[in-house]
Amino acid sequence: MSIVIIGTFGAMMIGAAIFALYSQNILSAIISSGVISLLASIIYILLAAPDVAMTEAAIGSGLTTVVFLLALRRIQVIQAEKGGAAKAGKSASGLGYGLGSGDGSAEEAIDD
Amino acid sequence: MSLVSFIGFALILVGLWGMLTRKNIIRIIIGFSIIDTGIHLVMVSIGYLPGRTAPIINSAVDKAQAASQIVDPIPSALVLTAIVIGLAITALMLTYAVRMYRERTSLNIDDYKELKW
Amino acid sequence: MIKKFFTIITVLLFALMVLPLLRQIVPFEELAPVAVAYAEQGPDQLGAANLVTSVIVTYRGLDTLGEVTVLFIATAGVGFLLRRDEEDQLPGEKNTGESTFETAGESALHSPREASELLGSGSMLLFPLLMLFGVYIFMHGHLTPGGGFQGGVVIASSMLLLMLARVSFHLNHLIISLVESLSGFFYVAIGVLGLVLAAGFLDNRILPLGEFGTLFSAGAIPIIYSLVGLKVGTELTNVLGTMRLTRAQQEEDV
Repeated sequence: MSIVIIGTFGAMMIGAAIFALYSQNILSAIISSGVISLLASIIYILLAAPDVAMTEAAIGSGLTTVVFLLALRRIQVIQAEKGGAAKAGKSASGLGYGLGSGDGSAEEAIDD
Repeated sequence: MSLVSFIGFALILVGLWGMLTRKNIIRIIIGFSIIDTGIHLVMVSIGYLPGRTAPIINSAVDKAQAASQIVDPIPSALVLTAIVIGLAITALMLTYAVRMYRERTSLNIDDYKELKW
Repeated sequence: MIKKFFTIITVLLFALMVLPLLRQIVPFEELAPVAVAYAEQGPDQLGAANLVTSVIVTYRGLDTLGEVTVLFIATAGVGFLLRRDEEDQLPGEKNTGESTFETAGESALHSPREASELLGSGSMLLFPLLMLFGVYIFMHGHLTPGGGFQGGVVIASSMLLLMLARVSFHLNHLIISLVESLSGFFYVAIGVLGLVLAAGFLDNRILPLGEFGTLFSAGAIPIIYSLVGLKVGTELTNVLGTMRLTRAQQEEDV
């Protein structure tokens, strides 16, 4: 029974990991890395390690996601301020708000 | 359990692949965080013994027979340390990413060519 | 394309390297001998009911000291790299005109408005409860699952709640740095006391072991874990406070 549960969670974790690396929007990538930590903390409970589960839930899906989002917000602010100057330069970064994926592929360098 | 160690190992491979192929710096850091989670899963799964309970002595576990009723407490202690350090390193990496963006307005790692040969 | 091919080869080689190790992880039948020794002698020697706590704080106490040091270095690094300059102001506060915003989509970036009454009062009600919960977690670290790190993270998230709910909230960096430095100092001081009064560095038998299972038992473990919890909590609060953006008029509170 618990093999089925662990197997399901494992498949969900790997799916979330692949989604986090290949999604279009970088915000969903960050949230989905928080989901991986949440599922890992459930697996830790099933492995009889409650201290580790508590720590992983608090730090992995709490503070790490918040730190990612704070850094993303700072990058947005810098992008807005320097947006006028950088428009004439190469490969505007495009944080993925409907501007395409964040992997620097060819359709992203709008102003090339 | 060996199933959990395979799951952790698959996460390490996915994270490694993500760190090597993706170009956005934030995605590289997300890949690093995935590798971290995978490593912790493998380490905790080593300490698990089937059918036993958590290493806390209360009404469920007798003090005299603790050695035959609990799982290994040592991997739990190591992973606790490792999780906190992982958070600290991720925060530091993201700070570097913000500073790099401030200098050059690009999150694409191909634009930072100073360290290439 | 050739780069992707080499990446696939690298990942496959790594997998091939680690796979034989993984195949040896079969579920064990008995505990490792070190764990048996900790389980049999731990509760009587140290008086803590949570065996993971006794491993972290006393048996491997030096590793915990190293971890607190790494956390401190990372916090110092974040604080140093994100020094406040002109560029840390939120949009809408600079008086250079609106021309800097027309390029990035304006819907993605707006000056934050003050929180609603519900959010403000709700967060003020929740904040003392969260703080109390965090303190409970690290004070009972030797009895229930939990301990210094978990309690510290809960305290940091309670401060984060205040920071998110009220945009004009500013941290008093002096008090936070004072609490952090003092708890780190007292942690090492208790360790040295262990060297002087008991068997070794960070030994917890400098205080009486007390009755097994009560709050004031296990010698110095609650004190050490409380100090670790306070230090981790204030350090993470510092990291979060450094990384977020405030309004321009709070610039002098750095």
